[in-house]
Amino acid sequence: MQTNRRQFLGLAASGAALAAAGTGSARAARVPTNARIVILGAGAAGSALANQLNDALDGAKITIVDARKRHLYQPGFTLIGAGLKPAGYSVSTTAEWLPSAAEWIEEAAAEIDPEARTVTTTGGTTIAYDYLMVATGLKLDWDAIEGFSLDLVGKDGVGAVYAGPDYAAKTWQAMDRFTEEGGEGLFFRPATEMKCAGAPLKYTFLTDDYARKKGTRGKTNITYAAHSGSLFGVPIVNEKVRMLYDDRGFETVYNHVMKAIDPGRKTVTFETPEGEAELPYDFTNVIPPMRAPDVIRNSPLPWADRWTDQGWVEVDPHTMRHTRFPEIFAVGDVAGVPKGKTAASVKWQVPVAVDQLVSDIAGRDATETYNGYTSCPLITRVGRAMLIEFDYNNDLVPSFPGIIAPLEELWISWLMKEIALKATYNAMLRGRA
Amino acid sequence: MKDLTFGTLIAVFEEIFGPWLFWVMAVVALLVGLAFIYVVIRDRGLESRPFLRAELSAPIGAVAAVAFVFFMTKSGLRDMGGPIDVIVMLAIAAAGAVGLTILVYVVQEMFLNKNTGE
Repeated sequence: MQTNRRQFLGLAASGAALAAAGTGSARAARVPTNARIVILGAGAAGSALANQLNDALDGAKITIVDARKRHLYQPGFTLIGAGLKPAGYSVSTTAEWLPSAAEWIEEAAAEIDPEARTVTTTGGTTIAYDYLMVATGLKLDWDAIEGFSLDLVGKDGVGAVYAGPDYAAKTWQAMDRFTEEGGEGLFFRPATEMKCAGAPLKYTFLTDDYARKKGTRGKTNITYAAHSGSLFGVPIVNEKVRMLYDDRGFETVYNHVMKAIDPGRKTVTFETPEGEAELPYDFTNVIPPMRAPDVIRNSPLPWADRWTDQGWVEVDPHTMRHTRFPEIFAVGDVAGVPKGKTAASVKWQVPVAVDQLVSDIAGRDATETYNGYTSCPLITRVGRAMLIEFDYNNDLVPSFPGIIAPLEELWISWLMKEIALKATYNAMLRGRA
Repeated sequence: MKDLTFGTLIAVFEEIFGPWLFWVMAVVALLVGLAFIYVVIRDRGLESRPFLRAELSAPIGAVAAVAFVFFMTKSGLRDMGGPIDVIVMLAIAAAGAVGLTILVYVVQEMFLNKNTGE
């Protein structure tokens, strides 16, 4: 009996040791260098870049430039806006995600000089770089909407899920009230490139779901004003969403670009091919035009002939490398690529940019390329979602073909959004996924 | 999902539960499993009567596991949208059933059942 127990404990201990050894995955040898790498932005892309570069390079001087002390898990905003998570769900600190070996300058970039290879911060510090990773994210252009101010959010049926976790929580208060009472629900998206083009659709579905659950759907009218001739840029997904919108009884109007809001009269003005059109609302989710931050738009980095009103950085869509300044890369929302400004895109873009940069330093050919993959767990009600994944070609690229159908409303896709997504995101920030 | 390796999976679970809770749960599950093997070897086989008694707890484990997941994810039976959903739910139920059965058996054999001989 005694021997048995001892043997048993020994077995347990060796099992634990094996498990511990198994997690310390064999890491490729770090490439020695003394390159100066500057990363603009410490959001999803910037943090993941900092960690992966720190893991891949030995001796590099990595400097991160970002004034924001809060890190925001943006995929959580929809859940906050639907009353499923508290505002704090999306909030962490910038500091906790950055590698200790990197230097973090808590200022924003004010000027980029790609000829001199320097960045100047708002505090006046000039930093020279050998490689520049642009991961500033984008700017929500609230000022472009006539009559709108963020002070309106949460009052008189005005919501703004994109504005941040606290505004998303206020939006939930407004949506909660609206779905108690019923009335006109009005939803739309901007005509610019935008973060997660599925989010405006999700929020329409969620509002509908709450109205149904509260028994007020009968006295609720839901209108979706699409900015173009379709609801979603990927044709096969657009058809599916169109069918679901019909099924849910939404009224859909096309080619409506939001221009102004009148909170007194509770109307939104749209530009349409037939001139201006006004639609009423008792509840609306305002999503503004999105553009590159001013420091990027005022630099030589953006495309000269595409997205000229938006200013996204001119990069090769498959390598994320700047087409005119080869020592500059752009990753995440600010990158001028045709698809997906999402955390999923970041997850696929970061290893590509890192491989390009590390291969430059190591003097070998890079092997990783980016095919435009992005993913959108399109929530269709509380408890169900469609796990939509696609690439530059508008091809569906399901991660689990034959198991998780991309165009079906499934509980398992909801489980992923609810539980696994933030965990995967955090692992990505740490450079582990 | 990109490169869904074992290491990624561990990282994701660590993030879901926090590293401490995850590894404590993993070690507890491992220890209960090892304790089960230990009593089976010690008793030279499964004791059928206690095992039957333990099996009575299986439905409770199954229902509890599914109810826990529904509660944590604010969803319910009405959200089952296709075969994969039912399979996942059954897998959760099976895990709950097997887990509780083994736990109850181990507790009986190690702590309550004093008359097993050396």
